Amino acid sequence: MKTYTNTGNKDTRSGFGAGLTELGKTNENVVALCADLIGSLKMDDFKKNHPERFFQVGIAEANMIGIAAGMTIGGKIPFTGTFANFSTGRVYDQIRQSVAYSDKNVKICASHAGLTLGEDGATHQILEDIGLMKMLPGMTVINTCDYNQTKAATIAIADHHGPVYLRFGRPSVPNFTPEDQTFEIGKAIQLTEGNDVTIVATGHLVWEALEAAKALNDKGISAEVINIHTIKPLDDKAILDSVAKTKCIVTAEEHNYLGGLGESVARVLAQHQPTPQEFVATNDTFGESGTPAQLMDKYGLNSNAIINAVETVLKRK
Amino acid sequence: MSNTQQLEALVTQVRRDILRMVHKVNSGHPGGSLGCTEFFVALFQEIMDRKEGFTMDGINEDIFFLSNGHISPVFYSVLARSGYFSVDELNTFRLIDSRLQGHPTTHEGLPGVRVASGSLGQGLSVALGAAQTKKLNGDSHLVYSLHGDGELQEGQNWEAIMYASAKKVDNIIATVDLNGQQIDGATDDVLPMGSLKAKFEAFGWIVLEINEGNNLEAILKGMAEAKSKTGQGKPVCVLLKTVMGNGVDFMMHTHAWHGKAPNDEQLAVGLAQNVETLGDY
Repeated sequence: MKTYTNTGNKDTRSGFGAGLTELGKTNENVVALCADLIGSLKMDDFKKNHPERFFQVGIAEANMIGIAAGMTIGGKIPFTGTFANFSTGRVYDQIRQSVAYSDKNVKICASHAGLTLGEDGATHQILEDIGLMKMLPGMTVINTCDYNQTKAATIAIADHHGPVYLRFGRPSVPNFTPEDQTFEIGKAIQLTEGNDVTIVATGHLVWEALEAAKALNDKGISAEVINIHTIKPLDDKAILDSVAKTKCIVTAEEHNYLGGLGESVARVLAQHQPTPQEFVATNDTFGESGTPAQLMDKYGLNSNAIINAVETVLKRK
Repeated sequence: MSNTQQLEALVTQVRRDILRMVHKVNSGHPGGSLGCTEFFVALFQEIMDRKEGFTMDGINEDIFFLSNGHISPVFYSVLARSGYFSVDELNTFRLIDSRLQGHPTTHEGLPGVRVASGSLGQGLSVALGAAQTKKLNGDSHLVYSLHGDGELQEGQNWEAIMYASAKKVDNIIATVDLNGQQIDGATDDVLPMGSLKAKFEAFGWIVLEINEGNNLEAILKGMAEAKSKTGQGKPVCVLLKTVMGNGVDFMMHTHAWHGKAPNDEQLAVGLAQNVETLGDY
Protein backbone atom coordinates (compact mmCIF):
# COMPACT_ATOMS: atom_id res chain seq x y z
CA MET A 1 0.00 0.00 0.00
CA LYS A 2 1.25 3.43 -0.91
CA THR A 3 2.05 5.47 2.20
CA TYR A 4 2.41 9.19 2.75
CA THR A 5 4.77 11.09 4.95
CA ASN A 6 3.79 14.04 7.06
CA THR A 7 6.53 16.57 6.35
CA GLY A 8 5.47 18.57 9.41
CA ASN A 9 2.19 19.97 10.64
CA LYS A 10 1.09 23.25 9.11
CA ASP A 11 -2.19 25.11 8.91
CA THR A 12 -4.03 25.24 5.62
CA ARG A 13 -4.76 28.96 6.07
CA SER A 14 -1.01 29.61 5.87
CA GLY A 15 -1.08 27.77 2.57
CA PHE A 16 -3.67 30.27 1.43
CA GLY A 17 -1.48 33.15 2.61
CA ALA A 18 1.53 31.72 0.77
CA GLY A 19 -0.50 31.24 -2.40
CA LEU A 20 -1.74 34.79 -2.22
CA THR A 21 1.81 36.07 -1.74
CA GLU A 22 2.82 34.18 -4.87
CA LEU A 23 -0.12 35.60 -6.83
CA GLY A 24 0.86 39.07 -5.71
CA LYS A 25 4.12 38.64 -7.59
CA THR A 26 2.78 36.87 -10.66
CA ASN A 27 -0.66 38.34 -11.37
CA GLU A 28 -1.09 42.09 -11.15
CA ASN A 29 -4.87 41.80 -11.47
CA VAL A 30 -5.18 39.96 -8.18
CA VAL A 31 -6.56 42.17 -5.40
CA ALA A 32 -7.32 41.09 -1.84
CA LEU A 33 -10.02 42.19 0.57
CA CYS A 34 -10.32 41.37 4.24
CA ALA A 35 -12.95 42.03 6.90
CA ASP A 36 -10.72 42.69 9.92
CA LEU A 37 -9.05 39.26 10.06
CA ILE A 38 -5.76 39.83 8.26
CA GLY A 39 -3.72 37.85 10.79
CA SER A 40 -6.18 34.97 10.96
CA LEU A 41 -6.29 34.69 7.17
CA LYS A 42 -2.51 35.08 6.79
CA MET A 43 -2.92 37.97 4.38
CA ASP A 44 -0.19 40.08 6.04
CA ASP A 45 2.42 39.42 3.37
CA PHE A 46 0.18 40.39 0.50
CA LYS A 47 -0.85 43.52 2.37
CA LYS A 48 2.76 44.46 3.07
CA ASN A 49 3.99 43.84 -0.46
CA HIS A 50 1.02 45.25 -2.36
CA PRO A 51 -0.69 47.89 -0.19
CA GLU A 52 -2.34 49.44 -3.25
CA ARG A 53 -4.02 46.15 -4.07
CA PHE A 54 -5.10 45.31 -0.54
CA PHE A 55 -8.43 46.54 0.85
CA GLN A 56 -9.26 46.45 4.54
CA VAL A 57 -13.05 46.77 4.62
CA GLY A 58 -13.57 46.49 8.35
CA ILE A 59 -16.18 44.31 10.00
CA ALA A 60 -18.60 44.58 7.11
CA GLU A 61 -18.72 41.34 5.16
CA ALA A 62 -21.75 42.20 3.05
CA ASN A 63 -20.01 45.32 1.79
CA MET A 64 -16.84 43.30 1.17
CA ILE A 65 -18.64 40.86 -1.12
CA GLY A 66 -20.31 43.68 -3.04
CA ILE A 67 -17.06 45.60 -3.45
CA ALA A 68 -15.37 42.44 -4.67
CA ALA A 69 -18.12 41.94 -7.26
CA GLY A 70 -17.68 45.53 -8.43
CA MET A 71 -13.91 45.24 -8.62
CA THR A 72 -14.19 42.54 -11.25
CA ILE A 73 -15.64 45.20 -13.56
CA GLY A 74 -12.47 46.52 -15.10
CA GLY A 75 -10.61 43.23 -14.85
CA LYS A 76 -9.52 42.72 -11.26
CA ILE A 77 -9.57 39.29 -9.63
CA PRO A 78 -10.66 39.84 -6.03
CA PHE A 79 -9.85 37.37 -3.26
CA THR A 80 -11.97 37.96 -0.15
CA GLY A 81 -10.84 36.65 3.21
CA THR A 82 -12.74 36.00 6.42
CA PHE A 83 -13.94 33.02 8.46
CA ALA A 84 -16.05 30.46 6.60
CA ASN A 85 -19.13 31.33 8.62
CA PHE A 86 -18.91 35.02 7.74
CA SER A 87 -17.91 34.18 4.15
CA THR A 88 -21.08 32.24 3.42
CA GLY A 89 -24.12 32.20 5.68
CA ARG A 90 -23.76 35.79 6.76
CA VAL A 91 -23.57 37.08 3.19
CA TYR A 92 -25.49 34.47 1.25
CA ASP A 93 -27.74 36.88 -0.59
CA GLN A 94 -24.85 39.18 -1.51
CA ILE A 95 -22.97 36.22 -2.97
CA ARG A 96 -26.10 34.94 -4.68
CA GLN A 97 -27.10 38.15 -6.43
CA SER A 98 -23.96 40.27 -6.80
CA VAL A 99 -21.48 37.43 -7.42
CA ALA A 100 -23.04 34.17 -8.61
CA TYR A 101 -26.07 35.41 -10.55
CA SER A 102 -23.99 38.29 -11.87
CA ASP A 103 -21.25 35.89 -13.09
CA LYS A 104 -18.52 37.78 -11.26
CA ASN A 105 -14.97 36.49 -11.05
CA VAL A 106 -14.71 36.63 -7.24
CA LYS A 107 -12.72 34.17 -5.13
CA ILE A 108 -14.33 33.73 -1.72
CA CYS A 109 -11.58 32.38 0.50
CA ALA A 110 -12.74 31.05 3.83
CA SER A 111 -10.68 30.02 6.82
CA HIS A 112 -11.73 28.45 10.12
CA ALA A 113 -14.19 26.14 8.38
CA GLY A 114 -15.78 23.25 10.23
CA LEU A 115 -15.35 22.31 13.88
CA THR A 116 -11.58 22.61 14.09
CA LEU A 117 -11.38 26.29 14.86
CA GLY A 118 -12.11 24.86 18.26
CA GLU A 119 -12.59 26.90 21.40
CA ASP A 120 -14.56 29.81 19.91
CA GLY A 121 -17.52 27.47 19.64
CA ALA A 122 -20.50 27.12 17.35
CA THR A 123 -21.03 30.83 16.61
CA HIS A 124 -17.76 30.82 14.69
CA GLN A 125 -17.75 27.26 13.41
CA ILE A 126 -19.74 26.38 10.33
CA LEU A 127 -20.82 22.94 9.16
CA GLU A 128 -23.25 24.10 6.48
CA ASP A 129 -21.07 26.14 4.14
CA ILE A 130 -20.33 23.47 1.52
CA GLY A 131 -24.05 22.94 1.10
CA LEU A 132 -24.80 26.66 0.89
CA MET A 133 -22.12 27.26 -1.70
CA LYS A 134 -22.60 24.18 -3.85
CA MET A 135 -26.25 25.03 -4.37
CA LEU A 136 -25.38 28.31 -6.07
CA PRO A 137 -25.43 27.91 -9.85
CA GLY A 138 -21.99 28.42 -11.37
CA MET A 139 -20.11 28.33 -8.06
CA THR A 140 -17.01 26.16 -7.85
CA VAL A 141 -16.49 24.67 -4.37
CA ILE A 142 -13.06 23.57 -3.17
CA ASN A 143 -12.00 22.15 0.22
CA THR A 144 -8.27 21.55 0.43
CA CYS A 145 -6.56 19.00 2.68
CA ASP A 146 -3.19 20.45 3.66
CA TYR A 147 -0.83 23.40 3.41
CA ASN A 148 0.70 22.49 0.06
CA GLN A 149 -2.62 21.77 -1.59
CA THR A 150 -4.18 24.97 -0.26
CA LYS A 151 -1.29 26.99 -1.64
CA ALA A 152 -1.59 25.28 -5.03
CA ALA A 153 -5.37 25.73 -5.10
CA THR A 154 -5.11 29.42 -4.23
CA ILE A 155 -2.79 29.95 -7.18
CA ALA A 156 -4.92 27.82 -9.50
CA ILE A 157 -8.24 29.56 -8.88
CA ALA A 158 -6.85 32.89 -10.10
CA ASP A 159 -6.69 31.39 -13.59
CA HIS A 160 -10.19 29.96 -13.43
CA HIS A 161 -12.76 32.46 -14.65
CA GLY A 162 -15.84 32.45 -12.44
CA PRO A 163 -16.83 32.51 -8.80
CA VAL A 164 -15.02 30.12 -6.48
CA TYR A 165 -15.50 29.17 -2.84
CA LEU A 166 -12.19 28.02 -1.36
CA ARG A 167 -12.56 26.43 2.08
CA PHE A 168 -9.73 25.78 4.51
CA GLY A 169 -9.07 25.65 8.23
CA ARG A 170 -7.35 26.99 11.29
CA PRO A 171 -5.41 24.17 13.01
CA SER A 172 -2.03 22.77 12.11
CA VAL A 173 -2.52 19.48 10.32
CA PRO A 174 -0.19 17.03 8.55
CA ASN A 175 1.31 18.39 5.34
CA PHE A 176 1.74 15.45 2.99
CA THR A 177 0.89 16.39 -0.58
CA PRO A 178 3.73 17.38 -2.96
CA GLU A 179 5.12 20.88 -2.65
CA ASP A 180 5.33 21.22 -6.44
CA GLN A 181 1.85 19.91 -7.25
CA THR A 182 -0.31 21.36 -9.97
CA PHE A 183 -3.83 21.88 -8.76
CA GLU A 184 -6.47 20.81 -11.24
CA ILE A 185 -9.97 22.02 -10.36
CA GLY A 186 -12.51 19.21 -10.51
CA LYS A 187 -9.94 16.42 -10.76
CA ALA A 188 -9.98 13.96 -7.88
CA ILE A 189 -6.68 12.52 -6.68
CA GLN A 190 -6.43 8.81 -5.97
CA LEU A 191 -4.06 8.45 -3.03
CA THR A 192 -4.09 4.69 -2.46
CA GLU A 193 -5.23 1.76 -4.53
CA GLY A 194 -7.60 -0.74 -2.97
CA ASN A 195 -10.19 -3.36 -3.80
CA ASP A 196 -12.46 -3.68 -0.77
CA VAL A 197 -13.76 -0.19 -0.09
CA THR A 198 -13.57 3.33 -1.50
CA ILE A 199 -12.96 6.15 0.95
CA VAL A 200 -13.71 9.55 -0.49
CA ALA A 201 -12.53 12.36 1.77
CA THR A 202 -12.19 16.11 1.62
CA GLY A 203 -10.33 18.73 3.68
CA HIS A 204 -8.89 17.73 7.04
CA LEU A 205 -10.46 14.28 6.71
CA VAL A 206 -8.12 13.24 3.88
CA TRP A 207 -5.20 12.60 6.24
CA GLU A 208 -7.55 10.80 8.61
CA ALA A 209 -8.67 8.62 5.69
CA LEU A 210 -5.04 7.71 4.98
CA GLU A 211 -4.52 6.82 8.63
CA ALA A 212 -7.67 4.72 8.51
CA ALA A 213 -6.50 2.98 5.32
CA LYS A 214 -3.22 2.05 7.01
CA ALA A 215 -5.03 0.52 9.99
CA LEU A 216 -7.49 -1.27 7.72
CA ASN A 217 -4.60 -2.64 5.67
CA ASP A 218 -3.20 -4.17 8.84
CA LYS A 219 -6.54 -5.90 9.25
CA GLY A 220 -6.41 -7.19 5.68
CA ILE A 221 -8.89 -4.67 4.27
CA SER A 222 -7.71 -2.87 1.17
CA ALA A 223 -9.02 0.69 0.94
CA GLU A 224 -8.88 3.02 -2.03
CA VAL A 225 -8.55 6.57 -0.71
CA ILE A 226 -9.56 9.41 -2.99
CA ASN A 227 -8.94 13.05 -2.19
CA ILE A 228 -11.91 15.04 -3.41
CA HIS A 229 -10.64 18.58 -3.13
CA THR A 230 -13.28 19.89 -5.52
CA ILE A 231 -16.81 19.20 -4.34
CA LYS A 232 -18.29 21.09 -7.26
CA PRO A 233 -17.83 20.22 -10.06
CA LEU A 234 -17.54 16.71 -8.67
CA ASP A 235 -15.29 14.18 -10.39
CA ASP A 236 -18.10 11.69 -11.00
CA LYS A 237 -15.89 9.42 -13.09
CA ALA A 238 -13.25 8.93 -10.41
CA ILE A 239 -15.94 7.90 -7.93
CA LEU A 240 -17.77 5.59 -10.34
CA ASP A 241 -14.54 3.95 -11.54
CA SER A 242 -13.53 3.23 -7.98
CA VAL A 243 -16.86 1.82 -6.76
CA ALA A 244 -17.08 -0.35 -9.89
CA LYS A 245 -14.16 -2.17 -8.29
CA THR A 246 -14.84 -1.88 -4.56
CA LYS A 247 -18.69 -2.00 -4.53
CA CYS A 248 -18.96 0.15 -1.40
CA ILE A 249 -17.97 3.63 -0.29
CA VAL A 250 -17.41 5.82 2.77
CA THR A 251 -17.46 9.61 2.45
CA ALA A 252 -15.66 11.75 5.03
CA GLU A 253 -15.91 15.48 5.60
CA GLU A 254 -15.84 18.12 8.33
CA HIS A 255 -19.39 19.20 7.53
CA ASN A 256 -23.02 18.31 8.10
CA TYR A 257 -23.98 15.10 6.31
CA LEU A 258 -26.93 17.12 4.96
CA GLY A 259 -25.71 19.13 2.00
CA GLY A 260 -22.10 18.05 2.05
CA LEU A 261 -19.73 15.96 -0.04
CA GLY A 262 -21.49 12.77 1.01
CA GLU A 263 -24.79 13.88 -0.48
CA SER A 264 -23.10 14.91 -3.71
CA VAL A 265 -21.51 11.46 -3.95
CA ALA A 266 -24.81 9.76 -3.10
CA ARG A 267 -26.49 11.63 -5.94
CA VAL A 268 -23.90 10.37 -8.44
CA LEU A 269 -24.20 6.82 -7.16
CA ALA A 270 -28.00 6.82 -7.07
CA GLN A 271 -28.08 7.97 -10.66
CA HIS A 272 -25.40 5.74 -12.14
CA GLN A 273 -24.40 2.94 -9.82
CA PRO A 274 -26.40 2.40 -6.62
CA THR A 275 -23.80 1.48 -4.01
CA PRO A 276 -23.83 1.06 -0.21
CA GLN A 277 -22.49 4.25 1.34
CA GLU A 278 -21.69 5.37 4.88
CA PHE A 279 -21.26 9.00 5.90
CA VAL A 280 -18.54 10.31 8.17
CA ALA A 281 -19.88 13.79 8.85
CA THR A 282 -21.67 15.69 11.58
CA ASN A 283 -25.21 14.57 12.25
CA ASP A 284 -27.29 17.71 11.69
CA THR A 285 -25.88 19.50 14.69
CA PHE A 286 -24.07 22.66 15.71
CA GLY A 287 -20.59 22.38 17.14
CA GLU A 288 -19.32 23.59 20.53
CA SER A 289 -16.17 24.73 22.32
CA GLY A 290 -13.28 22.33 22.75
CA THR A 291 -9.90 21.52 21.30
CA PRO A 292 -9.93 20.51 17.63
CA ALA A 293 -8.96 16.93 18.51
CA GLN A 294 -11.66 16.67 21.19
CA LEU A 295 -14.28 17.98 18.81
CA MET A 296 -13.29 15.72 15.93
CA ASP A 297 -13.44 12.78 18.33
CA LYS A 298 -16.77 13.74 19.93
CA TYR A 299 -18.45 14.43 16.58
CA GLY A 300 -17.03 11.34 14.90
CA LEU A 301 -14.72 12.94 12.37
CA ASN A 302 -11.41 11.08 12.65
CA SER A 303 -9.69 7.92 11.46
CA ASN A 304 -11.49 5.81 14.08
CA ALA A 305 -14.84 7.02 12.79
CA ILE A 306 -13.77 6.20 9.24
CA ILE A 307 -12.67 2.70 10.26
CA ASN A 308 -16.03 2.11 11.95
CA ALA A 309 -17.87 3.35 8.88
CA VAL A 310 -15.83 1.05 6.64
CA GLU A 311 -16.64 -1.94 8.83
CA THR A 312 -20.33 -1.04 8.64
CA VAL A 313 -20.40 -0.55 4.90
CA LEU A 314 -18.49 -3.77 4.21
CA LYS A 315 -21.33 -5.67 5.87
CA ARG A 316 -23.82 -4.04 3.50
CA LYS A 317 -22.04 -5.13 0.33
CA MET B 1 -35.73 71.22 -32.00
CA SER B 2 -33.48 72.45 -29.25
CA ASN B 3 -31.54 69.92 -27.26
CA THR B 4 -33.90 70.33 -24.32
CA GLN B 5 -36.88 69.71 -26.59
CA GLN B 6 -35.24 66.54 -27.87
CA LEU B 7 -34.66 65.34 -24.35
CA GLU B 8 -38.26 66.16 -23.41
CA ALA B 9 -39.47 64.21 -26.41
CA LEU B 10 -37.41 61.24 -25.29
CA VAL B 11 -38.75 61.53 -21.74
CA THR B 12 -42.32 61.37 -23.05
CA GLN B 13 -41.51 58.39 -25.23
CA VAL B 14 -39.82 56.56 -22.35
CA ARG B 15 -42.92 57.12 -20.21
CA ARG B 16 -45.01 55.51 -22.95
CA ASP B 17 -42.56 52.61 -23.09
CA ILE B 18 -42.82 52.11 -19.33
CA LEU B 19 -46.61 52.11 -19.35
CA ARG B 20 -46.84 49.78 -22.32
CA MET B 21 -44.22 47.36 -20.97
CA VAL B 22 -45.85 46.85 -17.59
CA HIS B 23 -49.35 46.83 -19.08
CA LYS B 24 -48.50 44.08 -21.55
CA VAL B 25 -47.38 41.61 -18.88
CA ASN B 26 -49.62 43.02 -16.16
CA SER B 27 -46.64 43.27 -13.82
CA GLY B 28 -43.67 45.45 -13.05
CA HIS B 29 -42.98 48.75 -11.32
CA PRO B 30 -44.25 51.86 -13.11
CA GLY B 31 -44.28 54.34 -10.18
CA GLY B 32 -40.56 54.57 -9.44
CA SER B 33 -39.74 54.18 -13.13
CA LEU B 34 -41.83 57.22 -14.09
CA GLY B 35 -40.36 59.20 -11.22
CA CYS B 36 -36.82 58.61 -12.49
CA THR B 37 -37.45 59.01 -16.22
CA GLU B 38 -35.98 62.49 -16.50
CA PHE B 39 -32.94 61.41 -14.49
CA PHE B 40 -32.24 58.39 -16.71
CA VAL B 41 -32.69 60.37 -19.90
CA ALA B 42 -30.38 63.11 -18.66
CA LEU B 43 -27.83 60.61 -17.38
CA PHE B 44 -27.56 58.53 -20.52
CA GLN B 45 -28.03 61.32 -23.05
CA GLU B 46 -26.06 64.14 -21.48
CA ILE B 47 -24.28 63.46 -18.24
CA MET B 48 -22.32 60.28 -18.75
CA ASP B 49 -19.31 60.08 -21.03
CA ARG B 50 -20.18 56.79 -22.71
CA LYS B 51 -18.55 54.81 -25.48
CA GLU B 52 -20.45 53.35 -28.38
CA GLY B 53 -21.38 49.74 -27.77
CA PHE B 54 -21.07 47.87 -24.52
CA THR B 55 -18.23 46.14 -22.72
CA MET B 56 -18.66 44.70 -19.28
CA ASP B 57 -15.39 46.27 -18.11
CA GLY B 58 -16.40 49.78 -19.17
CA ILE B 59 -12.81 50.96 -19.31
CA ASN B 60 -12.28 54.65 -20.16
CA GLU B 61 -15.96 55.50 -19.97
CA ASP B 62 -18.41 56.46 -17.24
CA ILE B 63 -20.44 53.53 -15.97
CA PHE B 64 -23.75 53.24 -14.15
CA PHE B 65 -25.23 50.85 -11.60
CA LEU B 66 -28.92 50.60 -10.78
CA SER B 67 -29.29 49.39 -7.21
CA ASN B 68 -33.09 49.60 -6.93
CA GLY B 69 -33.51 47.09 -9.73
CA HIS B 70 -37.29 47.03 -9.64
CA ILE B 71 -37.41 50.18 -11.74
CA SER B 72 -36.11 48.09 -14.62
CA PRO B 73 -38.73 49.45 -17.09
CA VAL B 74 -37.14 52.90 -17.19
CA PHE B 75 -33.65 51.38 -17.27
CA TYR B 76 -34.50 49.09 -20.19
CA SER B 77 -36.30 51.76 -22.16
CA VAL B 78 -33.48 54.27 -21.81
CA LEU B 79 -30.82 51.64 -22.55
CA ALA B 80 -32.65 50.62 -25.72
CA ARG B 81 -33.24 54.19 -26.81
CA SER B 82 -29.58 55.00 -26.11
CA GLY B 83 -28.50 52.31 -28.56
CA TYR B 84 -27.55 49.38 -26.31
CA PHE B 85 -30.08 47.04 -27.92
CA SER B 86 -33.04 47.21 -30.27
CA VAL B 87 -36.13 49.00 -28.98
CA ASP B 88 -38.17 46.09 -30.37
CA GLU B 89 -36.75 43.97 -27.58
CA LEU B 90 -38.77 46.02 -25.08
CA ASN B 91 -41.63 43.83 -26.30
CA THR B 92 -40.11 40.91 -24.40
CA PHE B 93 -40.08 42.55 -20.94
CA ARG B 94 -40.74 39.91 -18.26
CA LEU B 95 -41.62 37.25 -20.81
CA ILE B 96 -40.14 33.75 -20.88
CA ASP B 97 -36.74 33.50 -22.62
CA SER B 98 -36.23 37.26 -22.45
CA ARG B 99 -33.04 39.16 -21.67
CA LEU B 100 -35.30 41.77 -20.03
CA GLN B 101 -35.87 39.99 -16.76
CA GLY B 102 -38.22 41.39 -14.14
CA HIS B 103 -35.17 42.75 -12.37
CA PRO B 104 -31.99 43.52 -14.33
CA THR B 105 -29.31 40.87 -14.63
CA THR B 106 -26.10 40.24 -16.48
CA HIS B 107 -26.96 36.58 -16.67
CA GLU B 108 -28.79 36.81 -19.98
CA GLY B 109 -26.16 39.11 -21.47
CA LEU B 110 -28.27 42.23 -21.85
CA PRO B 111 -25.96 45.08 -22.94
CA GLY B 112 -25.87 47.96 -20.49
CA VAL B 113 -26.30 45.91 -17.32
CA ARG B 114 -23.20 45.22 -15.23
CA VAL B 115 -24.64 43.57 -12.15
CA ALA B 116 -27.88 41.93 -11.09
CA SER B 117 -30.00 44.04 -8.77
CA GLY B 118 -33.37 43.71 -7.15
CA SER B 119 -32.51 42.28 -3.79
CA LEU B 120 -32.06 45.74 -2.30
CA GLY B 121 -29.10 47.43 -0.71
CA GLN B 122 -26.27 45.83 -2.67
CA GLY B 123 -25.63 48.30 -5.49
CA LEU B 124 -23.55 50.87 -3.65
CA SER B 125 -20.96 48.30 -2.60
CA VAL B 126 -20.67 47.08 -6.17
CA ALA B 127 -20.39 50.61 -7.52
CA LEU B 128 -17.64 51.39 -4.99
CA GLY B 129 -15.71 48.30 -6.05
CA ALA B 130 -15.96 49.35 -9.69
CA ALA B 131 -14.86 52.87 -8.74
CA GLN B 132 -11.82 51.54 -6.92
CA THR B 133 -10.92 49.38 -9.90
CA LYS B 134 -11.10 52.48 -12.11
CA LYS B 135 -8.56 54.10 -9.81
CA LEU B 136 -6.31 51.04 -9.91
CA ASN B 137 -6.53 51.09 -13.71
CA GLY B 138 -5.68 54.80 -13.90
CA ASP B 139 -9.08 55.37 -15.50
CA SER B 140 -10.29 58.88 -14.64
CA HIS B 141 -13.91 58.24 -15.62
CA LEU B 142 -16.72 58.21 -13.08
CA VAL B 143 -19.08 55.66 -11.60
CA TYR B 144 -22.74 56.66 -11.23
CA SER B 145 -25.28 54.78 -9.17
CA LEU B 146 -28.96 55.11 -8.33
CA HIS B 147 -30.63 53.97 -5.12
CA GLY B 148 -34.16 54.09 -3.79
CA ASP B 149 -34.76 56.03 -0.60
CA GLY B 150 -36.61 53.13 1.00
CA GLU B 151 -33.70 50.95 -0.02
CA LEU B 152 -31.45 52.84 2.39
CA GLN B 153 -33.17 50.94 5.18
CA GLU B 154 -30.93 48.00 4.21
CA GLY B 155 -27.88 47.99 6.49
CA GLN B 156 -25.35 47.12 3.81
CA ASN B 157 -25.75 50.65 2.43
CA TRP B 158 -24.38 52.11 5.63
CA GLU B 159 -21.39 49.78 5.57
CA ALA B 160 -20.75 51.05 2.05
CA ILE B 161 -21.41 54.71 2.91
CA MET B 162 -18.89 54.47 5.77
CA TYR B 163 -16.35 52.71 3.56
CA ALA B 164 -16.60 55.19 0.67
CA SER B 165 -15.43 58.19 2.65
CA ALA B 166 -12.93 56.21 4.71
CA LYS B 167 -11.27 55.05 1.49
CA LYS B 168 -11.69 58.43 -0.24
CA VAL B 169 -13.62 56.98 -3.16
CA ASP B 170 -14.11 60.33 -4.85
CA ASN B 171 -14.88 59.08 -8.36
CA ILE B 172 -18.45 58.08 -7.58
CA ILE B 173 -21.72 60.01 -7.73
CA ALA B 174 -24.40 58.06 -5.87
CA THR B 175 -27.89 59.40 -6.45
CA VAL B 176 -30.79 58.64 -4.12
CA ASP B 177 -34.27 58.74 -5.62
CA LEU B 178 -35.98 60.65 -2.86
CA ASN B 179 -39.63 60.04 -3.67
CA GLY B 180 -40.65 59.38 -0.09
CA GLN B 181 -42.55 56.21 -0.95
CA GLN B 182 -42.01 52.49 -0.58
CA ILE B 183 -44.27 49.47 -1.07
CA ASP B 184 -46.12 49.71 2.22
CA GLY B 185 -46.56 53.47 2.17
CA ALA B 186 -44.64 56.67 2.83
CA THR B 187 -41.08 56.06 4.00
CA ASP B 188 -41.85 58.35 6.92
CA ASP B 189 -44.59 55.96 7.99
CA VAL B 190 -42.79 52.69 7.28
CA LEU B 191 -39.45 53.55 8.85
CA PRO B 192 -38.53 57.22 9.07
CA MET B 193 -34.90 57.78 8.19
CA GLY B 194 -34.56 61.35 9.35
CA SER B 195 -32.34 63.68 7.37
CA LEU B 196 -30.47 61.73 4.72
CA LYS B 197 -28.43 64.85 4.01
CA ALA B 198 -27.27 65.00 7.61
CA LYS B 199 -26.59 61.28 7.64
CA PHE B 200 -24.51 61.24 4.46
CA GLU B 201 -22.62 64.34 5.60
CA ALA B 202 -21.96 62.77 8.98
CA PHE B 203 -20.46 59.83 7.09
CA GLY B 204 -18.12 62.18 5.23
CA TRP B 205 -19.85 62.60 1.89
CA ILE B 206 -20.38 65.73 -0.17
CA VAL B 207 -24.16 66.02 -0.49
CA LEU B 208 -26.04 67.95 -3.16
CA GLU B 209 -29.79 68.28 -3.42
CA ILE B 210 -31.82 68.52 -6.59
CA ASN B 211 -35.21 69.71 -5.43
CA GLU B 212 -36.83 69.49 -8.84
CA GLY B 213 -35.87 65.95 -9.69
CA ASN B 214 -38.36 65.76 -12.54
CA ASN B 215 -37.05 68.89 -14.24
CA LEU B 216 -34.44 68.14 -16.88
CA GLU B 217 -32.65 71.46 -16.56
CA ALA B 218 -32.49 71.17 -12.80
CA ILE B 219 -31.10 67.65 -13.14
CA LEU B 220 -28.48 68.69 -15.70
CA LYS B 221 -27.39 71.64 -13.58
CA GLY B 222 -27.32 69.61 -10.37
CA MET B 223 -25.44 66.71 -11.86
CA ALA B 224 -22.90 69.04 -13.49
CA GLU B 225 -22.30 70.51 -10.07
CA ALA B 226 -21.99 67.01 -8.62
CA LYS B 227 -19.41 66.15 -11.26
CA SER B 228 -17.44 69.26 -10.33
CA LYS B 229 -17.26 67.99 -6.75
CA THR B 230 -15.63 64.69 -7.68
CA GLY B 231 -11.90 64.19 -7.26
CA GLN B 232 -11.78 66.11 -4.00
CA GLY B 233 -11.14 63.18 -1.71
CA LYS B 234 -14.79 62.60 -0.83
CA PRO B 235 -17.62 60.57 -2.35
CA VAL B 236 -20.50 62.58 -3.77
CA CYS B 237 -24.17 61.98 -3.05
CA VAL B 238 -27.08 63.56 -4.89
CA LEU B 239 -30.47 63.61 -3.19
CA LEU B 240 -32.89 63.73 -6.09
CA LYS B 241 -36.39 64.74 -5.02
CA THR B 242 -38.79 63.12 -7.44
CA VAL B 243 -42.49 62.45 -7.69
CA MET B 244 -43.36 58.80 -7.99
CA GLY B 245 -45.50 58.18 -11.08
CA ASN B 246 -44.52 61.51 -12.59
CA GLY B 247 -46.20 62.32 -15.90
CA VAL B 248 -49.27 60.16 -15.39
CA ASP B 249 -51.64 62.12 -13.15
CA PHE B 250 -53.40 59.26 -11.40
CA MET B 251 -50.11 57.55 -10.59
CA MET B 252 -48.56 60.60 -8.92
CA HIS B 253 -48.13 61.29 -5.19
CA THR B 254 -49.01 57.76 -4.10
CA HIS B 255 -47.24 54.48 -3.46
CA ALA B 256 -50.18 52.61 -5.01
CA TRP B 257 -48.39 52.23 -8.36
CA HIS B 258 -45.11 51.04 -6.90
CA GLY B 259 -45.57 47.55 -8.27
CA LYS B 260 -48.88 47.56 -10.09
CA ALA B 261 -49.65 47.66 -13.81
CA PRO B 262 -52.41 49.79 -15.39
CA ASN B 263 -55.43 48.09 -16.93
CA ASP B 264 -56.51 48.80 -20.52
CA GLU B 265 -58.44 51.96 -19.65
CA GLN B 266 -55.76 53.29 -17.34
CA LEU B 267 -53.15 52.65 -20.01
CA ALA B 268 -55.20 54.64 -22.52
CA VAL B 269 -55.41 57.56 -20.09
CA GLY B 270 -51.71 57.41 -19.36
CA LEU B 271 -50.77 57.29 -23.03
CA ALA B 272 -53.14 60.16 -23.83
CA GLN B 273 -51.20 62.23 -21.32
CA ASN B 274 -47.95 61.28 -23.08
CA VAL B 275 -48.40 61.53 -26.81
CA GLU B 276 -46.06 59.51 -29.00
CA THR B 277 -42.93 61.45 -29.96
CA LEU B 278 -40.18 59.16 -31.26
CA GLY B 279 -42.25 56.15 -32.25
CA ASP B 280 -43.51 53.33 -30.07
CA TYR B 281 -41.54 50.08 -30.10
